[in-house]
Amino acid sequence: MNLKLKALTKSIWVYHMSTGSCNNCDIEILDMLTPRFDVERFGITLVGSIRHADAILVTGSLNLKTIPRVKAVYEQAPKPCVVIAIGACASGQGIFKNGPNCPNPVDSVLPVNVYIPGCPPKPEAMIAGIVKLIKELTGKK
Amino acid sequence: MMKLLFNFLIFPGFLFTAIIGLAASWIDRKVTARVQWRVGPPWYQPLMDLVKLSIKEITVPRSASKGLFFLSPMIGLSAVTLVSTFVWLSNIYPGSNGFSGDIIVILYLLTLPAIAVILGASASGNPLASLGVSREIKLVMAYELPFIISLLVPVIKSGGMLRLGDIIAYQAAHGAFLSSLSGIIAFIVMIFCMQAKLGLVPFDMAEAETEIMAGTYIEYSGMLLAIFKLTKTMLMVALPLFLITLFWQGFNFLSLWKYVVLLVIIILMRNTNPRVKIDQAVRFFWGKMTLMAILAVLLAVKGF
Repeated sequence: MNLKLKALTKSIWVYHMSTGSCNNCDIEILDMLTPRFDVERFGITLVGSIRHADAILVTGSLNLKTIPRVKAVYEQAPKPCVVIAIGACASGQGIFKNGPNCPNPVDSVLPVNVYIPGCPPKPEAMIAGIVKLIKELTGKK
Repeated sequence: MMKLLFNFLIFPGFLFTAIIGLAASWIDRKVTARVQWRVGPPWYQPLMDLVKLSIKEITVPRSASKGLFFLSPMIGLSAVTLVSTFVWLSNIYPGSNGFSGDIIVILYLLTLPAIAVILGASASGNPLASLGVSREIKLVMAYELPFIISLLVPVIKSGGMLRLGDIIAYQAAHGAFLSSLSGIIAFIVMIFCMQAKLGLVPFDMAEAETEIMAGTYIEYSGMLLAIFKLTKTMLMVALPLFLITLFWQGFNFLSLWKYVVLLVIIILMRNTNPRVKIDQAVRFFWGKMTLMAILAVLLAVKGF
């Protein structure tokens, strides 16, 4: 494994973007960052600014108001940057599939790398998803 | 000429201090994790963060003034490199290096990283960054006053010497200044000022992540952010070593445990305190700390 790829996968700074979710996934993300799960073991830390981010955690159902904002935030992120869709609403459309205000899943706007379904997904599920992403990026099976 | 370049870039200067700083920042993160009942990151984590940041894209906001935005990280890094070179050289080869008045030069150079952060953040044109800048300016004005006053104590006690090498030699002959009352008081004041200069937790309101995102660093990404982080980690070596030189007889490779003691004090202070507001910090430094520093100077004049 070369140093570049190793550095990118060993130090993932995540940025938490809620696009109008019911806050359930957001609370589970905060649970993932607590000392009980301790994701700093793998170099994962939460950052406040999109300019420092390596991964964007998108939660919630994208509605018409948040689509341009989500696009703007993604354009501001320094590349390479991965997008992780967390929760049923962000992965598909969840229970809002037939709602008039929820026309888009996240992958119709951003290139999503990992889908973590669940309503809400457990912290273990999120960590498993990130491990799968790292395995895919580094080419390990 | 080659020797000077070697001194600045490799041995006591840039590379060596950076390696020690990375190790120190790993110890900081690991101890913080243990305090919070976690496992903590592996030993190469700070290095991985720097490598990762340096291969990422550099984004420049449209409203930024580009020259200053790119230049200011370099200002901070070069200043802290110079400081660490001065301090290491005067301790490793006592008597042969330094010049009269190098304490004053170091005093100015230690302010430069904060100035660089202020310049760069205000050049980025972000409202949250300007909020961080206003806090950083107030903090600099607050801690510089007691810092300079307590710097007078070793100068007075050594009989007006303004050279680091002379102060070390005086302490080697007459015992450390830390064994006297005025020395202890000035050292305590210096430790608080050091915490504020490093921007660590009780005084990290300029980059408060939970209220103004990353404050002064909010628009910085990639290599430029890596340089700012490296400046902080190198300052974490240079400042404690400067304090040890002034008050604790200097150091060599055998007495690096003094540095570890100061590092532990920094880490414990960082982990057991909440962030204070900027007005509380200014009141703390201009009130209690300045009074203590003046008391230390008076005691030093009287010979205690």
